[in-house]
Amino acid sequence: MEKGAVIRRLLLVPPTLFGVAVVVFVLLRVVPGDPISMMIPPGASQADIDRLRALYGLDLSIFDQFIVWLKAAVLGDFGISISRRQEVLTLILNRLPATLELVLLATLVAILLGMGLAMVGAYFRRRAPEWLVDGWVAVTIAIPDFLWGLLFILVFGVLWPVLPISGRIDPGLGAQFGTGFYLIESLLTGRWPVVGDLLQHAVLPAIALALPLASIVTRVFKASLGEAELQDYAQIARARGYTRGRVLFREAMPNAAIATVNLAGVQLTFLIGGTVLVERIFSYEGIGNMAVDAMINRDLPLIQGLVLTFAVLFIALNLAIDLVTRWLDPRLQHA
Amino acid sequence: MPEIVAAGAGGPTRPDERRRERVRIDARAVAGGVIVFIVLAAALLAPWLAPHDPLEQDLLSTQLPPSWTDGGDPTFFFGTDSLGRDILSRLIYAAQIAVIVALVAATLACLIGTLLGLAAGFLRGWVDQLVSRLIDVWMSFPPVLLSIVLAAVVGAGLGSVILAIVVVDWTRFARVVRSEVMLQRQLDYVAAARVTGMSRGATLFREILPNVLPLLGTLLTAEMGIAVIVEAILSFVGLSVSTDTPTWGGMIAEGRQAIYQIPWLLALPIGAIIATVLGFNLLGDGLRASFDPVQRR
Repeated sequence: MEKGAVIRRLLLVPPTLFGVAVVVFVLLRVVPGDPISMMIPPGASQADIDRLRALYGLDLSIFDQFIVWLKAAVLGDFGISISRRQEVLTLILNRLPATLELVLLATLVAILLGMGLAMVGAYFRRRAPEWLVDGWVAVTIAIPDFLWGLLFILVFGVLWPVLPISGRIDPGLGAQFGTGFYLIESLLTGRWPVVGDLLQHAVLPAIALALPLASIVTRVFKASLGEAELQDYAQIARARGYTRGRVLFREAMPNAAIATVNLAGVQLTFLIGGTVLVERIFSYEGIGNMAVDAMINRDLPLIQGLVLTFAVLFIALNLAIDLVTRWLDPRLQHA
Repeated sequence: MPEIVAAGAGGPTRPDERRRERVRIDARAVAGGVIVFIVLAAALLAPWLAPHDPLEQDLLSTQLPPSWTDGGDPTFFFGTDSLGRDILSRLIYAAQIAVIVALVAATLACLIGTLLGLAAGFLRGWVDQLVSRLIDVWMSFPPVLLSIVLAAVVGAGLGSVILAIVVVDWTRFARVVRSEVMLQRQLDYVAAARVTGMSRGATLFREILPNVLPLLGTLLTAEMGIAVIVEAILSFVGLSVSTDTPTWGGMIAEGRQAIYQIPWLLALPIGAIIATVLGFNLLGDGLRASFDPVQRR
């Protein structure tokens, strides 16, 4: 990989992070209403109000307030949550593993489903299966994840109740965990009944999150497969007597995968954003659900911490996708 | 959506030349147009179409099933909700908020995003740097989360819903228009316009802009669908217009509460949203296929 391009890409990260911090700070500073007036009991004296104001640094200029806030935020100190009376960072770190496991599962589903459908569509070109795949993509691309979640609850929770529709694990199991990564931990320790229960709870939200990404993967991957099949190397392999299936999946697929990783990467960030509502709908205990609670309670320190957490995840993911595509694609390495 | 960018990057065509060719309207445009027309008609004619007042509570007939099922009441076609309000009337009235938000928010986001994208792509230099960094920062937030935070900060109401959508989604237009203008300005017709003494502003608005318009039309209709979804999300979370006004998102939230008693209260607004979004998308894709000379060939 060319060093200069990577360094240029890395240099874009600090200004973006700084911009994100400014937006979050400004956004929550323009809230109508005085934060102090929400904290004090009725009948507090002006002296009490001034003391609280100084305590929270609200007597400083807005610029000084930003510097103080930024210094603390860089060290991971977002203050104390108003509604939960706990350190914001602790709250977020406790919930983050649940969201990361859900995102991981959804991404797996999206890649397997998306690529599988693309291969079916590409192999059966101009036949019924391709039309079915194209029709499926046209419909799924227009329906957002949270509507899928609601439809799944309706179908698999109410009309044909086969799966749990709320929570992350059945509390009746009484399972104990050493980390927040329940699924990964119970997989590694081989506790299969717990794995089964966790998967039952996660499957509907994961598929709801996965479907929009899966339709993008299908569309891009199918188009790339079709293009790659027309390239000389694929035609030569065909002329040497290899079957169409082998040429498509052994020769064309690796090249088609590169374009897909790049385009689907952007969509992956939308998947992470989708956890906010999907977790809410399935009462899944992750940071997305927590964000909606924080918003309803107007818990400003928690909102700031959560929005910044999502932003850092996004920036890291975008960077990773950029670097991975460069590394995968030999042409870009020398570009 | 780079594939759209690539499709729009073809040769320039003057609008007056385009009109001389026969335009064949794509089937998708017809299907999408019909759906969008039905939603618009429902919104405009709600007071005449709706059989009941959408807010009128009938506590003696709550949670009635649809009229064609056992126990249904013929005066309540889709049944009633937990407060005995007519679900059909609420569905029809909710189209009003959806249509207002779709048209106003998408148009404003389009105007702001297009202007910034045109400036960044044509002027380059520090303007481009500024707009591009701004887009980078915006792309670092989950759009849904940012809309919810904005609506929560500004406070509930129709205006804040529209604001939340415009502030979050202008980047969709700015990004695409910027890269499209950067492609177009390399083409010969731009150089030719400059050589004939046309000013930079006139070149941008009279020569380049018309070639970006077909792409912009697709983006605009897609954004209308997105605006409908975001409005539904905000009212689902309880951050949209007041709870008195029927909205599809609000109905979904009520349906989620009573999912075991009246599951159709959840299903109907979901269906309405999906149909509306599909309608806008089909209309956009179809119009592009009908009028964009590059796609038509």
